[in-house]
Amino acid sequence: MTARLAINHLTINFPGQDAPAVDDVSIALQAGRMLALVGESGSGKSLTALSVPQLLPPQAHYQVESILLDGEDISRASTLRLRALRGHRIGIIFQEPLSALNPLHTVARQLAESLQIHQALSDQQARQRSLELLQRVQLPEPERMLGRYPHQLSGGQRQRVMIAIALANNPSVLIADEPTTALDVTVQQGILDLLKELQRDMNLAVLLITHDLGVVARYAEDMAVMNRGKIVESGITREVLAAPQHPYTQQLLSSEPHGIAPSADTDKPMHLQGEEVCVWFKQKRSWGRHDWFHAVDNVDFKLRQGETLGIVGESGSGKSTLALAILRLLDSRGSIRLGTTQLNELRGRALTPLRKRMQVVFQDPWATLNPRMTIGQIIAEGLTVHAREMGRSERDQRVAEILQEVGLDPLARHRYPHEFSGGQRQRIAIARALILRPELLILDEPTSALDRSIQHQVLELLRDLQRRYNLSYVFISHDLKVVRSISHHLIVMRHGHVVESGPTEQVFATPSQDYTRMLLDAAFDERLRQI
Amino acid sequence: MLLKNPVSQRQWQAFRSNRRGYWSLWIFMLLFMICSAAEIIANDKPILLSFQGELYSPILFAYPETEFGGMFETEANYRDPFVSDLIEQDGWMLWPLIRFSYNTINYDLSVPSPAPPSAENWLGTDDQGRDVLARIIYGLRISLFFGLLLTIASSIIGVIVGALQGYYGGWVDLTGQRFLEIWSSMPTLYLLIILSSFVKPGFWWLLAIMLLFSWMALVDLVRAEFLRGRNLDYVRAARALGVSDRMIMFRHILPNAMVATLTFMPFILNGSIVTLTSLDFIGFGLPPGSPSMGELLGQGKANLHAPWLGISAFVSLAFMLSLLIFIGEAVRDAFDPRKYLQ
Repeated sequence: MTARLAINHLTINFPGQDAPAVDDVSIALQAGRMLALVGESGSGKSLTALSVPQLLPPQAHYQVESILLDGEDISRASTLRLRALRGHRIGIIFQEPLSALNPLHTVARQLAESLQIHQALSDQQARQRSLELLQRVQLPEPERMLGRYPHQLSGGQRQRVMIAIALANNPSVLIADEPTTALDVTVQQGILDLLKELQRDMNLAVLLITHDLGVVARYAEDMAVMNRGKIVESGITREVLAAPQHPYTQQLLSSEPHGIAPSADTDKPMHLQGEEVCVWFKQKRSWGRHDWFHAVDNVDFKLRQGETLGIVGESGSGKSTLALAILRLLDSRGSIRLGTTQLNELRGRALTPLRKRMQVVFQDPWATLNPRMTIGQIIAEGLTVHAREMGRSERDQRVAEILQEVGLDPLARHRYPHEFSGGQRQRIAIARALILRPELLILDEPTSALDRSIQHQVLELLRDLQRRYNLSYVFISHDLKVVRSISHHLIVMRHGHVVESGPTEQVFATPSQDYTRMLLDAAFDERLRQI
Repeated sequence: MLLKNPVSQRQWQAFRSNRRGYWSLWIFMLLFMICSAAEIIANDKPILLSFQGELYSPILFAYPETEFGGMFETEANYRDPFVSDLIEQDGWMLWPLIRFSYNTINYDLSVPSPAPPSAENWLGTDDQGRDVLARIIYGLRISLFFGLLLTIASSIIGVIVGALQGYYGGWVDLTGQRFLEIWSSMPTLYLLIILSSFVKPGFWWLLAIMLLFSWMALVDLVRAEFLRGRNLDYVRAARALGVSDRMIMFRHILPNAMVATLTFMPFILNGSIVTLTSLDFIGFGLPPGSPSMGELLGQGKANLHAPWLGISAFVSLAFMLSLLIFIGEAVRDAFDPRKYLQ
């Protein structure tokens, strides 16, 4: 059987960079099968995919022996020919559906555009076909959907519209570039199930680009692992995952968070306690009237000294808002107690001594450090507030020590944030939080923006620090695997409410709520769990 | 210090790579130095003179004519052939490049004023026999000083107001915005005309009145930057560390807001210079007799038969404003995040 799409010996270079971004890559897609291209960020997997419709950034130099689409070599095709192929024989789905859809056009217009360009359908025919497509991607009430604008749709619905557009002209190849990374786990599952179904029904050849091995294990028939522009291992998914040959694949698999939650110790003293915590936002003020948006509603939580409280939930569940409320960066009602101190009663300057006792690490390693300050200045900032009397040399000494503790070279303090990678930046953010020797650390998705292997290292560091300094953590994440590997206690949030709470292992073993079960089902794949 | 951090360094590199803007900056600096030292370049008194073995500096000190053997007790008029003969009989005089100040009237013109360019008056004289080049140099100095002072003062006020509004939001922002809307709808020109009827507007009066209305240019920009900046992760982290509001604004958000401010500054400076020029042109500006570009343009309009007046004023003003625009463009490109990030 000949391949639907074959890329032979593709190399992509960027001027000013020594190593090629994609190095002699060859892949083949078969009809009715899904090939997953797996790798960490910067491994060249997206570039490989974009070389097919030749949508590479203009400064990229690329050489390829041939790109065969149904036997036709399209690597040297004219722009006109390529335009006829894009969106017609090759369908593409991008990661972020909000930016891939034009916000000023209705769904009907976006769908019709592609239909009318490639098939020259009349308005009436295009509308008919659009309705079929929306039904095909299982959107409810397709008639009404046609008149909607992208901002009126949810993330999952937008991605379904994107799929409908990609399928509009019955393509033979579908390229999905991280189609679910921006979506919640439960929505993610629906989209991937749909893709899989379409692949079978329409006999599509699908190229799925992802960094998530769980997704690969569940959906893709074939897989290829990329590292630094090279394909290091490829084959049938089941075989590769069962017996990975290349050390990089083995490393990827072993850095999937695993392990059972640490067991809780009921003898330890209570450290952080919240009762009926509410954060409400005013909304829709028209002539003095307003509604309240209940971002966090009647949440109770308990955290013992030296343990970790995991908070999981999908986007918009109020977990980050709760973190800001504990930090007293947002006003809240109810009671939050740290040790014996009632946090809600403190205002303004009275809070300053308390800041020393609890610190925070945020999600985005690129936004968390001020690009205009040296690492030393960033880390020492807390000392300048809470230890004013400390001399310059002693401060410098403390910064060097803390850098060593988080596994960085003390000389890093003279450098600037842009010289560090995502994982290193997160370590710096942890150092900034730790220099005041806090008792409580709030970790708001500290590993979500990192690749799996880096994530693994950062989690190790956090566990180690907790053991050494008896720190208490509030660990917020949407990733159940990560939460499971570190939390003693768990609360599951949805729409601002606590759905379920309890010791982590108990919640995982016997979830009592449907929502929790659904989350767990979406996050843990049977096949991967066995490895 | 300012150029130590990598973001600023990349911005400076980007600025330098714009050759036109970079050279414009140097030429502007040079012109600015020349204008600042106008007294040494164009004056009706010698910089230095030696008389009977002693050194005198007429630019700095006033000497009576009797000092040099003359008759009057008033300050010596060194341009008077009688006086200069007296001095040069027993000493020497070091003259500036241009032997006229902005208010020196050349009584020795061979043609009625305005006199065309000649070896003595390089750009001719105006209708009162004053040297045009000297008046341009002094006029540019006043324009530039006025523009710079106005720009700096209105930027400082604008940044402070914008920062407070953006950082605190809520009622502070709402009240501020409404006040700005009302204040910006005041007719500046009418106010100036009304005010000039009961005070005699000098340099500082004009500056103060213009400042009342020009500080609003930057408020919206800086406010937007602070609105964005206060939700940045590193600002939140600083708040969690207990850093005071003032320090957060100054250390963490202001550098970002300065990008917008610095980008706009050359253009604001341009606007200020043009404003002063146009006020002078219609006669509501600096007091009569002051050297000013607007007044020279006005003379050019009144004396169309003496084209050197209008042309000189136009060329020098257009040259200066173009330089500032080129610098402004280079600054804008240098601060373009698409060019200096990654």
